[in-house]
Amino acid sequence: MKSQSNGKDFCMFALPGLFCFLAVVIVPFLYGVYLTMTDWNGVSQVKNFVGFQNFAGVVRDAQFWSSLVLTFKYVIFVVIIVNVMAFGIAYLLTRGLKGQNFFRAGFFTPNLIGGIVLGYIWQFVFSRVFVSIGDSTGWGVFEASWLSDPTKAFIALVMVSVWQLSGYMILIYVAGFMGLSEDVMEAASIDGASGWVKMKNIILPLMMSSVTICLFLTLSRAFMVYDVNLSLTAGAPYGTTEMAAMHVYEKAFTSRQFGVGQAEALILFIITACISGIQVYLTKKKEVEA
Amino acid sequence: MAQTVVGGKKKKRNHMLVMAALIVIFIAYMFPFVMVVINSLKQKRDIIKSPFSWLFTIKGLSFDNFVKAFNQMDFLNAFKNSMLVTVSATALVTVLAAMLAYYIVRHKNWISNMMFALMVASMIIPFQAIMIPLVSIYGGTLNILNHRITLIFMHTGFSMAMSVFMFHGFINGNIPIALEEAAYIDGCTHSQTFFKIVFPLLKPIISTMVILNALAFWNDFLLPSLVLTDKKLLTLPLSTYSFYGTYSADYGTIMAGLLLCVIPILILYVALQKQIINGVVSGAVK
Repeated sequence: MKSQSNGKDFCMFALPGLFCFLAVVIVPFLYGVYLTMTDWNGVSQVKNFVGFQNFAGVVRDAQFWSSLVLTFKYVIFVVIIVNVMAFGIAYLLTRGLKGQNFFRAGFFTPNLIGGIVLGYIWQFVFSRVFVSIGDSTGWGVFEASWLSDPTKAFIALVMVSVWQLSGYMILIYVAGFMGLSEDVMEAASIDGASGWVKMKNIILPLMMSSVTICLFLTLSRAFMVYDVNLSLTAGAPYGTTEMAAMHVYEKAFTSRQFGVGQAEALILFIITACISGIQVYLTKKKEVEA
Repeated sequence: MAQTVVGGKKKKRNHMLVMAALIVIFIAYMFPFVMVVINSLKQKRDIIKSPFSWLFTIKGLSFDNFVKAFNQMDFLNAFKNSMLVTVSATALVTVLAAMLAYYIVRHKNWISNMMFALMVASMIIPFQAIMIPLVSIYGGTLNILNHRITLIFMHTGFSMAMSVFMFHGFINGNIPIALEEAAYIDGCTHSQTFFKIVFPLLKPIISTMVILNALAFWNDFLLPSLVLTDKKLLTLPLSTYSFYGTYSADYGTIMAGLLLCVIPILILYVALQKQIINGVVSGAVK
């Protein structure tokens, strides 16, 4: 019965979904590899095969490399701060307090809202609210808008991303803390472990699976940051806060160098994939069973 | 005896400290939203004078900003577009992914294995690595950009791998094959078996996937911005973007516009809070 209807089954059940997936993900991905070897400008009918010239173009594109360095800096700050904060807040949230669900839901709110809207909200906060605090208190930090100074604009970007991402990670860490076995905690306390020792030797190893997930999610999201970058700073002042993903977009759709842009996109993808792969491998090794 | 009392007091004090810390962090978290709400009700000169001034200290308190933003963003139209795209893409990906996953689980052959491996592997490809060839194929060769259908199709394709992966795990672990065999003996065709017996049993994972996908589609900016340029078709994030570009100096109106975008999601969140949080957590942990 199975083998006869196999072909029909395949067409009915598998084909529609498979078609969408292939047409939107796999075909463009493969075509993208081909695009890196052409000099297409996005408009003309002719694409000339240029071999690896575009990769030479990537090497010469100093702005790409500086945006990549900036992205690395950004990723390091965001990943560390988000995870430390989320871990800490999740720890506090699972101390058996009242209103735990309310806090958890509140912290998650920024995740429900698109990056574009979040960026604009914060643009207002940085350029008007903070400046007004500066005016009335005379605090130097807030004298001028943070977004008009390269370093402070970068800090602003990190702040907003931390604010946006940590709610999500809090949820995952809270789920991890709630999954910790009471017995193990009690046994640890009876054995005399308390405070820091308990955290380092018992809780942290048992939480490693949550840590793996959260690091992976923050890494991949931070590397590909675009929406918030666009709406908060749009690369200003003078392109000093332009992250790699945004640079790729500009290269392809504004400078109309599709081949170079796609080559840069692929490089960015490979870097991200390698780093997240290494991270998952390393943190998975540290996971233990209770 | 005395020790337990001391321990109890210490515990209570600790609780209060934790509570205080949480409240401070929480207020800092909510601060931007508070600013938006307050200033959306004020006029531009009051905002410039002081974004902090509380509602009752100013004269020009009104809902004018909302009316203005509502009209200038073409809110109703953008809302309708977002709704259409989100609902159809979510429905489509849910049904197609469930069917595909069901096929993969129940037909163990090389095609299934290859499809599944390809999908899992593709999940690490970020959108940015595909967007340029995507525009080149669908804009250049096929010339079908600027249609809602195209966007719905692309959303469906992009979330297919992840959705199939989730459905696959669920069907594998929770749907006994004996049930289907019974249905076949009773004379059901394969599609009847799937839609009448299996699909209803997938309810828990369906609600997770609907929440995850719908949120992603509703908030997505980059993909729609590449596909849709016609003003009539813009979704909410796109129309917010173009609205901000035009009126960025008109703070009150902008704040009202941003609030308008946020309100529909917040209403949904308040209503479905538990499901949304559970959905997001189980989506991430898988």
